[in-house]
Amino acid sequence: MRIGKDLVAAAATPVVLGILAEGESYGYAILQRITALSGGELEWSDGMLYPLLHRLERLGHVRAEWRHSDTGRPRKHYRLTEQGAGVLTEQRRQWSVVGEVLSKVWPDDGGPRMRLAFGEV
Amino acid sequence: MAPETPRPAAPTPADAHGPGAPDELGALVASWRAWMQRDDAVNRADLDELESHLLDRVDALREVGLHDDEAFLVAVKRLGAVDELSHEYARVHSERLWKQLVLDGEAEPGAADPGARAGTSDALDRADAAGGRAPFWKRANGLAVALALGVGAGLVVTAATLVGADPAFFLRNATLLVLPFLAAWFVWRHRPPMAAVLAVAGAFVLVGVVLNVFPWASLSAAQAFGGAVADTELLASLGAAVALWLMTGVAYSAGRWRSSDARMDFVRFSGEWLVYYVLIALVGGALSALTIGVFSTIDVDVAWFFGRWVLPCAIPGAVLVAAWLVDAKQRVIENIAPVLTKVFTPLFTIMLIALVVAAVLQWNIVDADRELLIAFDLVLVVVLGLLVYSYSSRDPLQRPGWFDRIQLVMLVAALVVDVFVLVAMVGRTGEFGFSPNKTASLGLNLILLVNLAWAAWLQLGFLRGREPFDRLERWQTGYLPVYLAWAAVLVLVFPPVFDFA
Repeated sequence: MRIGKDLVAAAATPVVLGILAEGESYGYAILQRITALSGGELEWSDGMLYPLLHRLERLGHVRAEWRHSDTGRPRKHYRLTEQGAGVLTEQRRQWSVVGEVLSKVWPDDGGPRMRLAFGEV
Repeated sequence: MAPETPRPAAPTPADAHGPGAPDELGALVASWRAWMQRDDAVNRADLDELESHLLDRVDALREVGLHDDEAFLVAVKRLGAVDELSHEYARVHSERLWKQLVLDGEAEPGAADPGARAGTSDALDRADAAGGRAPFWKRANGLAVALALGVGAGLVVTAATLVGADPAFFLRNATLLVLPFLAAWFVWRHRPPMAAVLAVAGAFVLVGVVLNVFPWASLSAAQAFGGAVADTELLASLGAAVALWLMTGVAYSAGRWRSSDARMDFVRFSGEWLVYYVLIALVGGALSALTIGVFSTIDVDVAWFFGRWVLPCAIPGAVLVAAWLVDAKQRVIENIAPVLTKVFTPLFTIMLIALVVAAVLQWNIVDADRELLIAFDLVLVVVLGLLVYSYSSRDPLQRPGWFDRIQLVMLVAALVVDVFVLVAMVGRTGEFGFSPNKTASLGLNLILLVNLAWAAWLQLGFLRGREPFDRLERWQTGYLPVYLAWAAVLVLVFPPVFDFA
């Protein structure tokens, strides 16, 4: 199962902010983390992460800094700002509302309409 | 930018190197960077970040057993389509599509492209790109030095006004006071060889001595700078301005003044400099008027301050600031002079054709007054300017098109009218005799006529595919010394011949 493009785009910001809330990180590591968390199901082309990070940096949600890896490779590290933490909290509230609504219209047993749809009645 | 993966320079024989050859990966990354750099929306720092990501990905893929080149291709593929990626960058950094003048020179797009750099100022630019590590006078394309020289020029002129120099002194010496600072800026910026520096300095000394030693006739009808000046004095001063400007070009070209390309660069510089100077003058004038107006509303008169201090400082200072701007934005903004040329060549051609028609219908050009020749010199200078500045930005390999045809029409029309004028004037020289003004404008007219006639001939050959574009350009750059020679004649020969009248 691949998640649709629009949903990925909508989820990208809260997911990235959430990962940065765990501690500062850099592009490649963020992508690795997303792959690990979603079991490979939430994916987009690697490059697209960077414009997103730059937008978050521009909005002031994250702050960036150049560091060097152990092998001396230059890396741009991103860190969540206070403002970014606030945005993350807000996004989290919105997503949990959406999640609650979805879990109500899609109860675990599927609900009466679902049972109808699957011909169980 | 259709392909979604960069094309590595050549299918290198990977197996010959074996996996893990570091050069091979380096070359692949370099060609990938070169490919990505074509896009304005992605700058060097972005590429550094993406490259770091790419190498991380390659490392991970190598651990599962892929060869360098395979790992690289997979990693690039996973970055995503170049189009989409650069589109996404452009959405975040839309300002990058409007090229900016970056003062610290660090984030300048394309700064890493060595091909785009002028050879002579390479070392300075590299120091520039290093940003904070460069000493302050080398940062921002040498802004500090340009400002210091500009202040110097302003102070010299202000000092001259304070010691009460008369208007004729300023007429003769305006260029002598200001242009040495511009020449000094070029010497600092382009590092010409000592012989070129001495030649330029010698020209300044010679002109300075000649203009101030000649015994100019004191009574004359001509007016300049609010005072009386002799005709030959005025002509010599104009000649001095042209000659010294061209001589500073020797400093600009860093001693390569024989090279057609270097001369064309100076021509480009001159056009851009003029545009910037006019813009600075306009904005400066508007701001001064605003300041004076605002102060006058509270009954404080600052006009004298502007007349006495700001103008004598700002007018020479802006010469240097404009020169600095031309250098600093060379790679950043589209040149403006060629754009103006493109706009005005068709309009000016129509004007000239109308003039030909009017001259033929009226047939009274023969009776026109004495100012006609000077007016026509100006017309020819404009035609020449339109021609040269369109050359300056033309791609030499481009095939002749409609614009080149319009230029030919413009040249022919200008030549036809000029022949009318010359016939009329030469016919009446017997009547009036040779005054210095008439001789000077007649000489200039002939010089321009010869230039434009041959230029028209070459243009025709170019349109018919017989002449390479290079010949047209070389003709114009090769002609520059003629202007210098005529200007020198005005300074050195005219005054004694016409008894300093």
